[in-house]
Amino acid sequence: MYDVAIIGAGVIGSAIARELSKYQASICVIEREEDVCNGTSKANSAIIHAGFDAKPGTLKAKLNVHGNEMMDKLSEDLDIPFKRNGSLVVCTKDQDRDGLMKLLEKGIANGVPDLKILERDELMQMEPNLSDDVECALYAPTGGIVCPFNMTIAFAENACDNGVSFFLNTEVLNIKKDDDHFCLETLHTDTKESEVFEAKIVINAAGVHSDEMNNMVSEHKLHITARRGEYFLLDKDAGSYVSCTVFQLPSKMGKGVLVSPTIHGNLLVGPTAEDVDSKDALNTTLDGLDSLGRTAALSVKNVPLRQVITSFAGLRAHEASDDFIIGEAEDVSGFINAAGIESPGLTSAPAIGEMVAGQVKEMLALMEKENFISTRKGVLHADTLSLEERNQLIKEHPEYGNIICRCEMISEGEILDAIHRPLGARSLDGVKRRTRAGMGRCQAGFCSPRTMEILQRELPMTMFDITKNGVGSNIVIGTNKEMR
Amino acid sequence: MNTRELTCIGCPLGCTVTVTMENGEVTAVTGNTCPKGDAYARKEVTNPTRIVTSTVRVTGGVAPMVNVKTASDIPKDKIFDCVEAIKDIVVAAPVKIGDVVLSDVAGTGVDMVAARNIAVK
Amino acid sequence: MKNYDIVIVGGGPAGLAAAVSARDHGTDSILIIERDKELGGILNQCIHNGFGLHTFKEELTGPEYASRFIDQVLDRGIEYKLNTMVMDISTMEGSSDKKVTAMNRTDGMFEIQAKAVILAMGCRERSRGALNIPGYRPAGIFSAGTAQRLVNMEGYMPGREVVILGSGDIGLIMARRMTLEGAKVKVVAELMPYSGGLKRNIVQCLDDFDIPLKLSHTVIDIEGKERVEAVTIAEVGPDRKPIPGTEERYTCDTLLLSCGLIPENELSKSVGVEINPVTSGPVVNDSLETSIDGVFACGNVLHVHDLVDYVSQEAITAGKNAAAYVKNGAAADAKAVEILPVDGVRYTVPKFIRPTEMDDNLTVRFRVGDVYKNCAIATYFNDTLISKRKRPVMAPGEMEQVILSKSKLNEFPDLEKITIRIEQA
Repeated sequence: MYDVAIIGAGVIGSAIARELSKYQASICVIEREEDVCNGTSKANSAIIHAGFDAKPGTLKAKLNVHGNEMMDKLSEDLDIPFKRNGSLVVCTKDQDRDGLMKLLEKGIANGVPDLKILERDELMQMEPNLSDDVECALYAPTGGIVCPFNMTIAFAENACDNGVSFFLNTEVLNIKKDDDHFCLETLHTDTKESEVFEAKIVINAAGVHSDEMNNMVSEHKLHITARRGEYFLLDKDAGSYVSCTVFQLPSKMGKGVLVSPTIHGNLLVGPTAEDVDSKDALNTTLDGLDSLGRTAALSVKNVPLRQVITSFAGLRAHEASDDFIIGEAEDVSGFINAAGIESPGLTSAPAIGEMVAGQVKEMLALMEKENFISTRKGVLHADTLSLEERNQLIKEHPEYGNIICRCEMISEGEILDAIHRPLGARSLDGVKRRTRAGMGRCQAGFCSPRTMEILQRELPMTMFDITKNGVGSNIVIGTNKEMR
Repeated sequence: MNTRELTCIGCPLGCTVTVTMENGEVTAVTGNTCPKGDAYARKEVTNPTRIVTSTVRVTGGVAPMVNVKTASDIPKDKIFDCVEAIKDIVVAAPVKIGDVVLSDVAGTGVDMVAARNIAVK
Repeated sequence: MKNYDIVIVGGGPAGLAAAVSARDHGTDSILIIERDKELGGILNQCIHNGFGLHTFKEELTGPEYASRFIDQVLDRGIEYKLNTMVMDISTMEGSSDKKVTAMNRTDGMFEIQAKAVILAMGCRERSRGALNIPGYRPAGIFSAGTAQRLVNMEGYMPGREVVILGSGDIGLIMARRMTLEGAKVKVVAELMPYSGGLKRNIVQCLDDFDIPLKLSHTVIDIEGKERVEAVTIAEVGPDRKPIPGTEERYTCDTLLLSCGLIPENELSKSVGVEINPVTSGPVVNDSLETSIDGVFACGNVLHVHDLVDYVSQEAITAGKNAAAYVKNGAAADAKAVEILPVDGVRYTVPKFIRPTEMDDNLTVRFRVGDVYKNCAIATYFNDTLISKRKRPVMAPGEMEQVILSKSKLNEFPDLEKITIRIEQA
């Protein structure tokens, strides 16, 4: 029997797991996918929002601002790539300036620091590529950019280091409440074996599936709509096209798209917003991709779309009530929801972790651990070292001298690190999210056979077992000659 | 009399060659820019042939596969027989360019030869 | 810091031929840096025949062609480093020399001072992402070259039922290769109204195996959450946008992409070489020297070639000129005349010619932007027609050339511009 079972190893489940791992409790995280950070957490805008957008008084507003405040320390403690590059919400000459002022007022009410309105002249000094129609903008210096993979993985690894058990490839099929505990019936998506997990408290952090989890035990039904967002990622050559995250002032035409540098130096354009029927609808569409360039042009001119290196789609968990749903279900004691976590979910994750952990602590009267490990080091990126340090490293570990991903210049040493650390990479995407190998302009064309070679050498798997992203996504299907 | 239009594969130029035939005999070839085109066209309409390239497994070498080719062109309808014939062949390193991997492949009278050097591991 | 007269970045066909040529033209101190575990570059995975008809008067497989140049490099005792990645190239302060920073397992990160550098890094394939193909992102989508490596060098099959987008040569070659290994290639779709590959490859890779080639078609959807399950293609109009109602769905487990190659010039950019946006390769003069003195370029890093024979020829020129640079230093400032590519000529390599410095004859290579039948390549010095060569067929997939002679150029002391254009024959 676990004290706590967390369903979902996205950024929310992982942040909660990490906060809870500060206490003396037995905790497990149950994840359907083969790796942590495999749902909404892996495909989003990668923004740490300042917090002016949410309606004052909502959980979204409160947790956004607090989550934002927590990022500096977290980034240092957990080695999460993070930068406060500042956010701009631009208003064009066809738009109502009042809208911008309302946003400013909301931001002030939410407690966002240092907001100000900038006029065109000053704006153009900061961002010469803004469109000619931009007149003014709301500037939020606390807005930032983050690596969502590393953020989630950092929480999960640190939780793991502090004794949390992770069960991957494990899908929750049913949840039953017995007198004082829950039984979670699960299926291993690879071995197809069933297993029942028992826990005193269940935390529902199942992203777009969190309504399904809630509705298994609670009569207070939730309804999550998957809202798809499509994005373009551009080459690093275009990474400094803007320096701030450039949002558009919402209008009748929609929320608009953002144009932003990423923490790794690419340029991101997106998202579209479209409600979809399927919670697996991670496909991009002709129309969606087509619209991105047009919409982006409203705020940033001549975005170099010829330099797109990939496009992707993510699903946001939109709940009908339009706010985060966090806390114990009214009719099911011990069942805690962290549901409907759409934007600003990534930003709010640290604060949600703290909030939910606080609730669990009360419920179980948990004691703090004395030996909590508060820090975690990410994969060592050799290009951050001085020449001397790097050569010392290569002397001790020659693998750091062997470049595998030539676009991102990632060495074998970094890939080995990603494989052998807690909750290590098992797939090409797992390696990619931890090291960036395969994330560059050739999109793994060059390095994937080499990364496969390393995976099958280091892990008990053959080339046929290696997947792109878990069960069923195998890369090669046989050897030559056997198909004839 | 009938004519057939072919794309010569003799070189990358890819000339469009017209072959005129009467009673199964080639009476004229036009459109070619070199004698190769003439030869190709005559052969293609009577007994088309191809060079076949593939790979076979290597043991003890620095690479797991070695690429091979037919030492000369073989009848086109023997391509699949040829690939089938080398399916289970495994050669031991070292392998040198020109080494015969399988002689008289699929009864064509043509040898399958290695087209790359593979050193011993 | 180690010193070499010439550092060659890349040990593929361009780098090998450049090294041999530089040595034969008098430079002793040469280092080839290759990132892979062997010399030969991408030729090692091109096991089909058809290489070397111009150079060796016979048809060789890729590895055979490579081995002939590798043998020449070994015979001359030219130094090379394998498994070594060049990380950066920069100019040195107070010297015209270049600093090449490279790294490998045994030497760590190290710097080399070079009098001249020859860029021979080759190119990479355009990825699915760069093509903006909508749909899911499952396993089973490969660039044709990645599939070629898996099948030919490692002996693994990427899939059983295949759709290919793009009729570039690698895609055509892989259609045959996958078929011979037992896969079913269902269709090759090509966005343009003409093939991007050589005509002979359509005959012997598609027609021989009854694989349909659908011109003016593209992929508009990829299905399959984990692994590719189906691909939908549609016809495109003259604007290259899909035409509603023309969709055809193919069940398959694999999508191969052969949609163009991009010269890999990240290092060139790091040293500040000017890049031609049309070729994505460096702008060079008749010496194949880039905008930076002492930095030369050849092969697919300069512009994507159709035949390796031309790569070798170009590399021989670059090697010779790099050797001359090492011996004589930077050429004195000489008048450079720009070649203007117009009316169907997309670009030329080289872009600038120095009539006083050039060889007696100079091959100018280029590609056309469309299919031209019964047209001619016309060359003008200023406004005077110099030559007009009839060509029955020209296509974007095949390189064209014009040879300029120094003696003719010298008849035009006031030469301001050279124009190469496609005209009616």
